[in-house]
Amino acid sequence: MIAAALSTFKGIGAQVPKLMAQSVIPALGISFFLLVWHLGASNIVTSLGQFPGPAQVWSQTVSLYEEHVEVRQKADRFYERQEKRNAEKLAKNPDATIKWRSYTGKPSFADQIFTSLYTVMFGFLLASAIAVPLGIVCGLSDRMYQAINPIIQVFKPVSPLAWLPLVTMVVSALYVSEDPFFQKSFLNSAFTVALCCLWPTVINTTVGVAGIDRDLVNVGKVIKLSASTNVRKIVLPSSVPMIFTGLRLSLATGWMVLIAAEMLAQNPGLGKFIWDEFQNGSSNSLARIMVAVITIGLIGFALDRCMLILQRKISWDKQAVLR
Amino acid sequence: MKYFLDISQISKTFHTDSGTFEALKDVDLKIDEGEFVSLIGHSGCGKSTVLNIVAGLLDVTNGGVFLEHEQITEPGPDRAVVFQNHALMPWLSVYDNVALAVKSVFKGTKDKSEIHDWILHNLSLVNMDHAAQKMPHEISGGMKQRVGIARALSMQPKVLLMDEPFGALDALTRAQLQDSTMQIHKELGNTVIMITHDVDEAVLLSDRIVMMTNGPAARVGQIVNVNIPRPRDRLALAEDAQFNHCRRLVLDFLYSAHAEPVDEEISGVDTPDQTQSEAA
Repeated sequence: MIAAALSTFKGIGAQVPKLMAQSVIPALGISFFLLVWHLGASNIVTSLGQFPGPAQVWSQTVSLYEEHVEVRQKADRFYERQEKRNAEKLAKNPDATIKWRSYTGKPSFADQIFTSLYTVMFGFLLASAIAVPLGIVCGLSDRMYQAINPIIQVFKPVSPLAWLPLVTMVVSALYVSEDPFFQKSFLNSAFTVALCCLWPTVINTTVGVAGIDRDLVNVGKVIKLSASTNVRKIVLPSSVPMIFTGLRLSLATGWMVLIAAEMLAQNPGLGKFIWDEFQNGSSNSLARIMVAVITIGLIGFALDRCMLILQRKISWDKQAVLR
Repeated sequence: MKYFLDISQISKTFHTDSGTFEALKDVDLKIDEGEFVSLIGHSGCGKSTVLNIVAGLLDVTNGGVFLEHEQITEPGPDRAVVFQNHALMPWLSVYDNVALAVKSVFKGTKDKSEIHDWILHNLSLVNMDHAAQKMPHEISGGMKQRVGIARALSMQPKVLLMDEPFGALDALTRAQLQDSTMQIHKELGNTVIMITHDVDEAVLLSDRIVMMTNGPAARVGQIVNVNIPRPRDRLALAEDAQFNHCRRLVLDFLYSAHAEPVDEEISGVDTPDQTQSEAA
C-alpha cells in the first residue's frame, strides 16, 4: 500500500506544477509526522497523564491564546481604574500627588515570547557589533589572527551556560542603578546569548575576509586604496556571504541557548514558561510545554528566514542560491 | 645608464614548507619609454614573478627594479596591472569599477566632473562606454577584459603590466582585443610589458620579445627584436617574411633551444644588437 502511495506520489510530483509540488510535498510530510506523533503519543503515559498528541496541543494553543486575551483585558481594566482614580483625586485636589503604576500581573504566553525575542535580538546585535569588526581585523592581519585565534578556539566550545553564574555575578556587581533602564535578569540572559553569538560570526568573518580573491586584493594595492575604502569597497562586499553564514549560525545558537538560560536562571521568557509549567505539573502542562517547543521552533525558523531576506537585500550577488 | 625601466639582475627565492625554491636568477632587462615588450616562456618559468616584482606585489631577493631611476618597493598606480581574469569587482558596475581606481588615484587632483569625464573617456578607449552601467556578470569575458584594460589605462600608468591578458578568451575575441591594444598603444604610447603564451600574439604586438628559460632559476634566454613597421595588419602579416622569421625564432627557442639555459645565448642579452632578429 505504501509502495502504491509512493508511486502515485511520484506521479503527482512529475505532473503538477512546481508551486503545487512545493506546497503538496511538505504538507504530506507534515501530515505523516502528525500521524506518527498521534500514534506514538497515545502509547506513552507519564505521571502527568498521557503524552499530548496534536489535538491536545492544539487545544492548549487555543487556551493559551484565550488566557493571553484575558490577561490583556485585566491589564486594560487595571489601567482604566487607575486613570479614573487619579482623575478623581485630581478633581478633588489639583495638587495631589498621583502615582502611575504599571500592571504587574502574571505575564501571558505572548508576553514571554516577546521577552525572549527582545532578549535574543539584543544579545545577538551586541555580539555582532563586536564579532564582525573583530573578524575583519583577524582576516586582514595574520598577526592579529595568530594572537586572537587561541582565545577563540578555547572559548568557542564552552557552553555559554557555564558563563551564566559569572555573568550574573558581574552584572549584579557592576550594573548598580537606582532606576535601571534594563532589568538585571534581562541583561544576564542577553549577555549569555552574546557570549555564544560571538564565535561563529568571528570565525566565519575571518575565513571570508582571508579568502578574498588575490587578484581583487592586488587591485586594491595597485590603486592604493585607503584602509577604510578597501574595507568598504572590497573586503565587506566579497565577504558578505560568509559573514551572513556566521550571523545565521550565531542567531540559531543564541536562540537555543537563551531558552536554556531562561530555564536555568528563572529569567523571564519562554524558558521560564516551560520550567513553570513543568513545576506546575497539571494535566495540561505537557501539552502547554509542547506548544512552547513548537513555538520555539517556529520562531527559530522565522529568525533564520529573516536573516536570509536581509542577506538577499544586502548582498550584491542576487544570483546566489541561499539555503 | 639611462633606462626608463631597469630590471637589474633580479633574483627571487621563495621559502616554502618543503624548502626553498629559486624562481628567478639574475634576470636583467632594460626597457625604453613607449616600448612594447612581451615575456614569453613555458609555464612555471617565472614570467608572472617578474611581472609581479615590477608591479611591486612581490619583493626581490636580490637586485632591484628601477622606474625612472627610482627603486620600486611597493605597488602603485604608475605600474597598473591588467590581470588574466579581469579582476573586476563583481559587486560594482563597469563604471564603478573604473571609478574605484580613478577616484583613488586622482583624489585631490581632479574634481567630480573631471573624474566622470575621465572614466567615460577611458571606457570609450576600449569601446565600453555603451555598457558603463552594466554589471560584470552581464557582459562577456572579452568585454570584462576591456574594462580591466580601461581601469589600468585610467590610472595613467608609466608602465602597463599585462599578465596573459587575452589567455582566457576565445580566438576571435582575442584578435579583436589585440587590435584594440595596438590601437591604444599607438594613441597613448604607453610602455607595456605583456606576458603571453601565444607566439603570434607576441610577434604581432611587440617591439621586443623576451624569451625566458625554464625554471627553476629562470633567466632571460634570448631577446628577439621585432622590426615590423607599425601599424601592423594581422592579415597582411600572415605572408610577411619578417613576421614569419620572428615567429620562427621564438618557436625555435621554445621548442628546441629552451630546455636548459645556455650560456652563449645569455651573453647577448644586454646588447640587443647581438641578439636582434636578423629579419631586416
